[in-house]
Amino acid sequence: MDLNLDAPHSMGTTIIGVTYDGGVVLGADSRTSTGMYVANRASDKITQLTDNVYLCRSGSAADTQIISDYVRYFLDQHTIQLGQPATVKVAANLIRLLSYQNKNMLQAGMIVGGWDKYVGGQIYSVPLGGTILQQPFSIGGSGSSYLYGFMDQSWKEGMSKDEAEKLVVKAVSLAIARDGASGGVVRTVTINSEGVERKFYPGDSLPLWHEELASVNSLLDLLPEPMST
Amino acid sequence: MSSIGTGYDLSVTTFSPDGRVFQIEYAAKAVDNSGTVIGIKCKDGIVMGVEKLVASKMMLAGSNRRIHSVHRHSGMAVAGLAADGRQIVARAKSEATSYERVYGEPIPVKELADRVASYVHLCTLYWWLRPFGCGVIIGGYDRDGPQLYMVEPSGIFMYFGTAIGKGRQAAKTEIEKLKLSELSCREGVIEVAKIIYGLHDEAKDKAFELEMSWVCEESNRQHQKVPDDLLEAAKAAAKAALEEMDAD
Repeated sequence: MDLNLDAPHSMGTTIIGVTYDGGVVLGADSRTSTGMYVANRASDKITQLTDNVYLCRSGSAADTQIISDYVRYFLDQHTIQLGQPATVKVAANLIRLLSYQNKNMLQAGMIVGGWDKYVGGQIYSVPLGGTILQQPFSIGGSGSSYLYGFMDQSWKEGMSKDEAEKLVVKAVSLAIARDGASGGVVRTVTINSEGVERKFYPGDSLPLWHEELASVNSLLDLLPEPMST
Repeated sequence: MSSIGTGYDLSVTTFSPDGRVFQIEYAAKAVDNSGTVIGIKCKDGIVMGVEKLVASKMMLAGSNRRIHSVHRHSGMAVAGLAADGRQIVARAKSEATSYERVYGEPIPVKELADRVASYVHLCTLYWWLRPFGCGVIIGGYDRDGPQLYMVEPSGIFMYFGTAIGKGRQAAKTEIEKLKLSELSCREGVIEVAKIIYGLHDEAKDKAFELEMSWVCEESNRQHQKVPDDLLEAAKAAAKAALEEMDAD
């Protein structure tokens, strides 16, 4: 097996953003890989930009971290200058601007989600080239290729917060089952007029799909009981 | 201004011993001699009107405009030196464009006014510059509703209604009589026309042209010239009101 530990850290990821009646739910798996090696099995790929805007990151971990650092800094300045919170659209547009202007140096696909008092919950996806697209829901990362059909069928206009959260967890766990580069736990962030709520779903609490093996605490549990003397 | 010629009025970067900057006051003089410019904030938008003094009878009607659009949702009316005004408008346009390029949404009116004010202020900080000989009224519509600002060489202010130029004092007293919170822009246009016609002294002043613009629900929150038919109606109403006053 070739581990190649010199490979850059990248997030062969599953990320997802869904609007519902009153806000948005963002979701992500937690695997960060260095080639074949799992460098972090519990990473947080949903990053805070402002009080009411969060960002799902996929692609190079370094690139997406530096983009979110810059954008957080710009949004803080903007908030002070205007004397009121930045809108989701402004946040998404700054992400787009950096992605587009540095497209030949970046490996970053992102989903911006948040809530503001003018428009409500919004999801913007900013894929590789630096294009920006507002969508009712959006999926990204390597795991997303397994989810298109599922999401097209399952997402419904006017879902409740509960339904949306369930949908996100189900979608990410499905992608984790099929995609080797996604795995670990599921993290979600729900944003609405009330504020922000983070949730954590351990890997062993996720539903098992199609011949998946249930997780086991220790390999020793699989062995027969040692003989007693 | 008794201290003219005492030597403290040659530069914008020099204070007089009693703490004044004479160049700023001279700049204000240039504004005070201009035709009156009025801006009011009605319940559903902004109306701006200019008493544009016509320098020559051979000038084409509608030329030398003093109200300019800055971007889709805001406009600017200039009192004082029209050429300096165009410089400020050009700067305002570029600020609005660059804001929209970076943030992906139209510049809020307050931010626009602040940036224009910074630019105007800049010219009071260097001895090799002269302050702008004009004041501008900025009216616009953003997600917080309609807003009205005035920027002069001496500072920036936010208003329900204001006036600059020759007839500003009389205009302000007239504006104060209006119930701005109940007035629609359509009614506001007529009131502004009445005020400007009322201020104008036909015997003494040069001929003038009434120039008007608005930003309101009726103009789809865009800064536009007041439609010709409404402008004509406003002029007619203003002239009628004048004749009524003369008859008394």
